Amino acid sequence: MADKILKELTIKVWRQKNAKAKGKFESYKISDISTGTSFLEMLDILNEQLINDGIEPIAFDHDCREGICGMCSLFIDGRAHGPDDDITTCQLHMRKFEDGATITIEPWRAGAFPVIKDLIVDRTAFEKVLQSGGYISVNTGGVPDGNAIPISYDDAEEAMDAAACIGCGACVATCKNSSAMLFVSAKVSHLAKLPQGRVEATRRAKNMVAKMDELGFGNCTNTGACEVECPKGISIANIARLNREFLSATIKG
Amino acid sequence: MSSFLSSSIGKKLIMSLSGLFLIVFVLVHLILNSFLLFDKTGELFNAGAHFMSLPIIRFGLQPVLAGGFIIHIIYAITLTLQNQKARPQKYAVQNLSNSSTWSSRNMFVLGGLVLVFIAMHLLHFFVPIQIEGNVHDDAQLVKALFTNGSMGLVYTGLYVLGAILLGFHLAHGFWSAFQSIGFSNKIWKKRLEKVSYFYAIFVAAGFTIIPLYLHFFA
Repeated sequence: MADKILKELTIKVWRQKNAKAKGKFESYKISDISTGTSFLEMLDILNEQLINDGIEPIAFDHDCREGICGMCSLFIDGRAHGPDDDITTCQLHMRKFEDGATITIEPWRAGAFPVIKDLIVDRTAFEKVLQSGGYISVNTGGVPDGNAIPISYDDAEEAMDAAACIGCGACVATCKNSSAMLFVSAKVSHLAKLPQGRVEATRRAKNMVAKMDELGFGNCTNTGACEVECPKGISIANIARLNREFLSATIKG
Repeated sequence: MSSFLSSSIGKKLIMSLSGLFLIVFVLVHLILNSFLLFDKTGELFNAGAHFMSLPIIRFGLQPVLAGGFIIHIIYAITLTLQNQKARPQKYAVQNLSNSSTWSSRNMFVLGGLVLVFIAMHLLHFFVPIQIEGNVHDDAQLVKALFTNGSMGLVYTGLYVLGAILLGFHLAHGFWSAFQSIGFSNKIWKKRLEKVSYFYAIFVAAGFTIIPLYLHFFA
C-alpha cells in the first residue's frame, strides 16, 4: 500500500539560541511529507529546507533512531514522544498526523532539565542520580557466573522490566510535578530484585533519592501519567517499591 | 530522621499517613450521621453527638484530629509549592487527560475546596454544639439547617457539593496513600483502585443522601 502524502503541515517549534537566551515559538510550513516518514526524518527534511532558505536549522537530540538509546526527546502536541503509545520520538511516524495540521514541538520542560538550544535539553541530572548509587561495586563476573546464582523467574522478569528504562526523561517531561520518581524507581528496582544488587540496596535507595531531591525534581503525586507516556512501559509499581526500599533503608539507618 | 522527613518520600509518607487517619475519621463521621436516617426521633443521633462531646473525646481525640488536618494541609502546601517550582517554564500545549485522572491532577484544588466546606460546616455545627454548648437537641439543629425555608435548599446544595468534592479527593487519595507507603504492586494497585473508587462513592453518596433526606422528608 502506497503511503499517503501530507500536502502541507505547519510546524510550530520552540527556538532558543542558547541556555541563557529567551526562546520563542516559530512557525514553518512544510509540504509533501509521506505518511511513511518518521517524525525525525520530517525534521531532517524541514532542516534541509531551512538551510536552503538561509535559516539556522532546528537543533534536536537523536542517536540510534531505533527506539533503544533514549536520546530523542521532544514534547509533541502536548505529549512526550508525541501522539502514539509506548514509543520514542524516532519511532513516531507521520501517519499519526492529519494533512493541514499544526504540530507544536517543545523541549522537555523541567527545572532540572535546562534547555541548551532549541529542542535540546541537558539531562545530566539523570547521570548525577545514577552516579549517586545506580551501580554495584563488586565484580559479578561474566554470564556463567551470573547463571551460577539461582534467581526466580518472576524476580528476573521484574528486574529486566525495570532495566528496560532508557533514561529518556519522558516521565519527568510528562509529570505535572516534573518528578523523576519513575526513572529513579526503575534504576533502584532492577538492582533491588537481584541478589548482586541487594548488598548496597540501603545505601543506594537513600543516596539516589537524596540526589533526586537535591537536583530539583518535583514530588510524586501518583497521577500515573509517567507510566502511560513511558516508551518502555515501566510500571509505577516500581515507585511503590522505591518507597518501600527508601522507608526500610531509613529504618535500618 | 530529619533527612528522612525533609526528603520527598518522607513528606509523601506523612501526607499518606495523615490522609489515612482522616479517611478513618470520615468513615466514623458518616456512621454517626447515618443515625439521622435510622431514627426519626433523633434520639440515636443525639446519643452519638453526646458521646462525641465527652471530655475524653473533646480533649483527648479532637486535638489529634485537628493535628491530622493541620499536618495534612501544611504538607500539601509545602509539596505543591515545591512541585510548582520544579517546572519554571510551563508547556504551551500539554495534554494529560489521556494519561491521568482529573482528580489526581487536582488534589490540591479539591482539598482546598473541601477545606472551605469544612470551615462552613464547623460554623454550622461544631461551634454551637461543642464550643458554645447551648444546643440540647443536636438532631433538631441539623434538621433545621436543611429545612429552614429557601436557605435550607441552599445549604442542602452546598453539603451535597461538599460531599462530591470529598468523593473526588478520596478517589485518588485512598489508593495513592497506599502507593506512597509502598503497599502496592501491579496486582494490588488494581485492587486498591477499586476499593478507592468504592470508598469514594460510598462516602460521597452517604454524605449526599443525608442532607437530601432531611431536606425533603424530615
